[in-house]
Amino acid sequence: MRHTIILSLTLVTFWLLNSGHNTTLMLSLGMISIVFVIYIAHRMDVVDHESQPMHLTLKLPGFYAWLNKEIILANFLVVKHIWLGNKSISPAFTTITASQKTDIGKVIYANSITLTPGTVTVNLQGDQFMVHALLQESIKELKAGEMDRRVAQLEN
Amino acid sequence: MDTFINISSSVFLLTGSFLCISGGVGILRFPDFYTRMHAVGVTETLATAMILIGLMLHNPDFFVDIKLMIILIMSLFISPTASHALASAAMRNDFSQKNNEKPDSEQVKPWNP
Repeated sequence: MRHTIILSLTLVTFWLLNSGHNTTLMLSLGMISIVFVIYIAHRMDVVDHESQPMHLTLKLPGFYAWLNKEIILANFLVVKHIWLGNKSISPAFTTITASQKTDIGKVIYANSITLTPGTVTVNLQGDQFMVHALLQESIKELKAGEMDRRVAQLEN
Repeated sequence: MDTFINISSSVFLLTGSFLCISGGVGILRFPDFYTRMHAVGVTETLATAMILIGLMLHNPDFFVDIKLMIILIMSLFISPTASHALASAAMRNDFSQKNNEKPDSEQVKPWNP
């Protein structure tokens, strides 16, 4: 029930922000569509703690701020190596171990790795991530495990 | 104030364009599929963000800004998923990476299903 309420609040906010109209006709059409979406979501049985990870919401902004910084730094690094040319890159596959326990934590970690330019998660089996990296430095940075630690902190 | 917003918006748009061009150059320049994917990573993260932020500064309308914000957040969620799907598909079809001159002790065998 709690998840349904949170989902409907999210949908109402999303609808209001997207539409910007507040005539009775528009609002009632919006309400009908939201009720319909919630009905479908219930039929599909997807309303649970994973579709609405509320327990993460409070800790997410700090993590995003850190991730943004990492993304910007990694971008400049990759752009530098694009202009330096093929001789300067050292692409390699590597496997790293993730310390997250829940599925959602692993997904956040894998997505964060892929979101940072220069590293892409190719495969995930158990707690072993297979990562392709453009530079040896990025592999070292991943193995040092700062991102892993921060995502694990997010979980509990 | 207006001049300041205009100038910062232009700076964001120009940086974004430069990053987009860099991504394109990277796609043409890098030797194999996986490295090219990293070049695309530049275009889909910082370049998109810069261009969208530039547009947000350019536009005073609140609802347009919110929509640009939603586009930015959505693209930051969708693009890594797409990259992962591409990389995983390439892996399944045994795309090999071109050997670099430098030997790599940490290199592992590509995964086979």
